[in-house]
Amino acid sequence: MEHNLLLNALVYLAAAVIAVPIAKRLGLGAVLGYLLAGIAIGPWGLKLIREVEDILHFSEFGVVLLLFVIGLELEPRRLWSLRRSIFGWGTAQVVGVAMALLLAAVLAGIDWKTALIAALGLSLSSTAIALTTMQERNLIPTPSGQAGFSILLFQDIAAIPMIALVPVLGAAGSHPDAGWMGAAKAVAVIGGLVLAGRFLIRPLLRFIARTGMREIFTAFALLLIIAISLLMASSGMSMALGAFMAGVLLADSEYRHALEADLEPFKGLLLGLFFIAVGMSVDFGVLLAQPWRIVLMATAFLAIKLTVLWLLARFFGMEGRQRVLFSFLLSQGGEFAFVVFGAAAAARVFDPDTASSLVLVVALSMMATPLLLILYDRVLEPRWQRRPKREADAIDVNEGHVIIAGFGRFGQIVGRLLHANQVPLTMLDHDPDHIDTLREFGFKVFYGDATRVDLLHAAGAAHARALVLSIDGIEDSLKLAAAVRAEFPGLPILARARNVTHYYELMDLGVTVIERETFDSALMLGRRVMEELGFGAYLARQAAMRFREHNLKSVLAVYPYYKDREQYASMARRAREELHAMFERDFVAMRAEEDEERRERSEGGARGIE
Amino acid sequence: MTPDLRALVVFADPSLHRSRISRRVADAVASLPGVRVQDLYQLYPDFYIDVRRERELLKAAPLVVFVFQLGWYAMPSLLKEWFDTVFKPAWAAQTPGRLQGKAAFAAMACSGSERDYGPGGRHARPLEDYLAPLRQTVTSCGMDWLAPHIFYGADSPDPDAAAHHAGELRALLARHAGLGRAEGGVHGA
Repeated sequence: MEHNLLLNALVYLAAAVIAVPIAKRLGLGAVLGYLLAGIAIGPWGLKLIREVEDILHFSEFGVVLLLFVIGLELEPRRLWSLRRSIFGWGTAQVVGVAMALLLAAVLAGIDWKTALIAALGLSLSSTAIALTTMQERNLIPTPSGQAGFSILLFQDIAAIPMIALVPVLGAAGSHPDAGWMGAAKAVAVIGGLVLAGRFLIRPLLRFIARTGMREIFTAFALLLIIAISLLMASSGMSMALGAFMAGVLLADSEYRHALEADLEPFKGLLLGLFFIAVGMSVDFGVLLAQPWRIVLMATAFLAIKLTVLWLLARFFGMEGRQRVLFSFLLSQGGEFAFVVFGAAAAARVFDPDTASSLVLVVALSMMATPLLLILYDRVLEPRWQRRPKREADAIDVNEGHVIIAGFGRFGQIVGRLLHANQVPLTMLDHDPDHIDTLREFGFKVFYGDATRVDLLHAAGAAHARALVLSIDGIEDSLKLAAAVRAEFPGLPILARARNVTHYYELMDLGVTVIERETFDSALMLGRRVMEELGFGAYLARQAAMRFREHNLKSVLAVYPYYKDREQYASMARRAREELHAMFERDFVAMRAEEDEERRERSEGGARGIE
Repeated sequence: MTPDLRALVVFADPSLHRSRISRRVADAVASLPGVRVQDLYQLYPDFYIDVRRERELLKAAPLVVFVFQLGWYAMPSLLKEWFDTVFKPAWAAQTPGRLQGKAAFAAMACSGSERDYGPGGRHARPLEDYLAPLRQTVTSCGMDWLAPHIFYGADSPDPDAAAHHAGELRALLARHAGLGRAEGGVHGA
């Protein structure tokens, strides 16, 4: 069995690794690449994989993770502000599309029960495809993205009564009390989830984070989502909806970015697997048996759904170009349709032939989405190019913040200064105790290992104005500096150096603004000592400023040689030598200046040129 | 180090975000070839002046222009610190001094009209009176004092006036810098 599992993994990964880059290269997009890979390895291609149903079911967990991550980005307050959009757009879309499809089906002479279930199922869109595409294109903040997102969210809610409705219509008979029991159970589960999110999950996350073991944190994140999903599924609700709620509940937690970064690879791989599974589930047998009927059904379905979506967008006052993109994004049938049709077949509302044809129509419509988007990119968008891309700029959010990596004793002072001057901040730290204390003072601090590039992405480094590198550890500091230089070459780094060697190593990485952590405070104390000894305060200040200037110059002067010495001297000896040399240079330089001044005084201005 | 330096503009504006007019002036002047603008409050926010650098620039420039606004009838404090540290008598006021034969003038924007600067006006004396210490410092060091360029009514909201002032100053600087060069020759060649 294990052998089989690995073999299957080999097939999936190989198919994805081969098909996706080629599809991307050809400009077809990753989703289409996965779908094609699925067809290639599925029962109608190379026949490498047979248990399509199981895989499809398993990989739906990718959609669950996707919704969890989406939820993480939506704080309850923002979600609340979307409520009109969710119920307004959502109801209009589901009802509008379902009515149009029902009407068409009844006119085509199909039994009303079958037509109703089919229409309801087909009115839902694919969260996986639409949301992935929206994220890929950064559409979520745009009007079409907001509308699309609201609708997808509503569909997740709407799917629950739909699935519940199927047995009622079916011949298989239903349990009369299932409705009430189900509703009570659902309310209890959701209430429990909200309470657990507040009082159980957060302290647990904090506790786990404190162990400092990243893989355990990741394991806990996965455990959390799987547990919630199973809980939701057991009470007859959508797993994705549960995950979304859990995400929203944790959206304002300090671990948001860490969770996001940890789950990202799982989400991506499972979504890929999901698309492969959809590709595999396309039953070409049905297609070959009645090609015209299927093509006609698929075309009619897409035409109706696109038209209704377009009209809706128009009705809601969406701008022309956005309208088309929005319709394309939501045009396909969704993964919930598989569930609804499966339930309908089980309840004998559908005969097996209807069920498999409809599943095929949904799969084909899913494959049509990337093609429609290519049509949009290649043909429609260029035509609209008259107006430059002003739009995208205007909508961008969380612009111009400053990221402080390492919010300990040092970073705090920097952060508080900036905060007092209304500079928007994002703070990253990996010490949970720190975070707790700081949050008590009302700071927004996020937990995570700042040296990870994915965490920086999640923290919005792409939109940041500057990165303050105030991490304690020299190694981590250098690692992060190197990563930022490579990943965000345009982001200015302002760094704290532990010592001169660290200073040089940061210079090696191209960091230009560097401050040694103890230098200025030590100078300040030196001034106070001089004052204590009876030097005038102003003289002490001048001496300190002068020392400072010479020291900075000599640090820079030694920079080109610091590596050569490293080969000869041990660390300790080198440090001592450096200090000694530094004092010597300072002394010589101060002397030189004094001499010069004296000389100038005695020589007067005889020499015009120096 | 500073070949072909025709004029050194010593610019001192401590206002938090730079006054509208100062910015215009600095921008207009900085674009002239051979003109170096030393923005004192930007360079030395801690009031610790790199005396050596300032002296090198002074030696190289045949023309020095001081751009500032008066505060309580005197130059901004950092400009005064600049004079105190860079223009130390031992360095600057020898005869014949290092600054001998160079030319200097002041360019300033003032709120209030010309009438305010006169007998019976709010400020009682002509503006030139308030520039007397600067003038005396400069001439003691052997430099020629050229007529100051004054922009009255800087507090008026008319944006064209500021642009006009900046343009005038630029033209004046170009003219003087040309003269200064003919007299002073090129340093450092």
